[in-house]
Amino acid sequence: MTWSEIILAALKDNEVRLVAYVPDNILTPLVKGAAADTYFVSVGAAREDEAVGTVAGAFMAGLRGVALMQTSGFALIGNALGSLVVPYQIPAILIISERGTMGEFNIGQTLVARTMRPMLDALGIMHHTLADLATLRFILDRSIKQAFTTRAPVALILSPLLTGGNPASSGQLL
Amino acid sequence: MSTERSLAKTLNRTALTRRLVQRLTHEEAVVAGLGNTNFDLIAAGHRPQNFYMLGSMGLACPIALGVALAQPNRGVIALEGDGSILMALGCLTTIANVKPRNLTVIIWDNGIYQITGKQATATAGVTDIAAVARGAGIAHSEWVRDEAHFDALLDRRFEDGGPRLLAAKIDDQPGQGRPLRDPVLIRAAFMKGLGTSRSDAFDV
Repeated sequence: MTWSEIILAALKDNEVRLVAYVPDNILTPLVKGAAADTYFVSVGAAREDEAVGTVAGAFMAGLRGVALMQTSGFALIGNALGSLVVPYQIPAILIISERGTMGEFNIGQTLVARTMRPMLDALGIMHHTLADLATLRFILDRSIKQAFTTRAPVALILSPLLTGGNPASSGQLL
Repeated sequence: MSTERSLAKTLNRTALTRRLVQRLTHEEAVVAGLGNTNFDLIAAGHRPQNFYMLGSMGLACPIALGVALAQPNRGVIALEGDGSILMALGCLTTIANVKPRNLTVIIWDNGIYQITGKQATATAGVTDIAAVARGAGIAHSEWVRDEAHFDALLDRRFEDGGPRLLAAKIDDQPGQGRPLRDPVLIRAAFMKGLGTSRSDAFDV
């Protein structure tokens, strides 16, 4: 199975049906895979904090959800995490494709990549960097279960080591 | 400015919220934006299906969309101020495209950031929220002309015919109540009200 197929399988295993997202090049197979599968309810959001809000509302009403975004999108959701998800103890699953490292060509991505993990740590949100196909399903499955059991959000960061990174990163030397 | 908005009578949020709550006879979920919007929701009498935001300005509509998707047979109402919706106009395009039949959005528009010192919002200038919503693709978006019109717009089952958006021009009177500032309790009570709590043995 590919990394995106494993993620979709782990979401299904844990009855995570709502997929709210802002598109990203790296996330494309995940977004397309969810859209092609009637098990999932896909919502294309205009902003990442909106996706987090929709996942929060859906959870409270009995539908488990995941918010997909890239690194810069994560930089937008500080208030949604700090004043909604964390204090209300809402197990939002965040899957973040990591830009800004291992061959990034856009300096704007490199700065928000550096603020991401310190921000998660400051908010007390558990996060895992997914870099290896062999451990991917275990980490996903256990982390998602822990999130719902303990009513805590979790951030799952998709490393370029797993996804190959942004295809536009290869061949850029200037 | 549209003709419709200029024809809208200036109403009172406290009174309109009470009129709304009186018409909720099917355990509809209400997601209220922060500040005066949820002050008036709790002033109308707490209901188990109420959700009160203590922050996350602009996310009442996205949260309500999530509730609406999870429980398509329950009517869901999002209450939001003009300042809040101006912060999150993109969510109107999302709602328009998702087309939840059970979602109604009500915007209280007094043209000011009331709670931070009554600074003017864009709606005090040339921006027309109902027109913005129509442009976003929510075809059923209209201004509330007066109290009787508000009642007439609400005289339908909330779980059908949406998404809809009502914009009400309101005065600058403050909200009358205060929700408990306990987010975990608010969330747990809301989930119990929606039948999704895992702790039925506990009275929250």
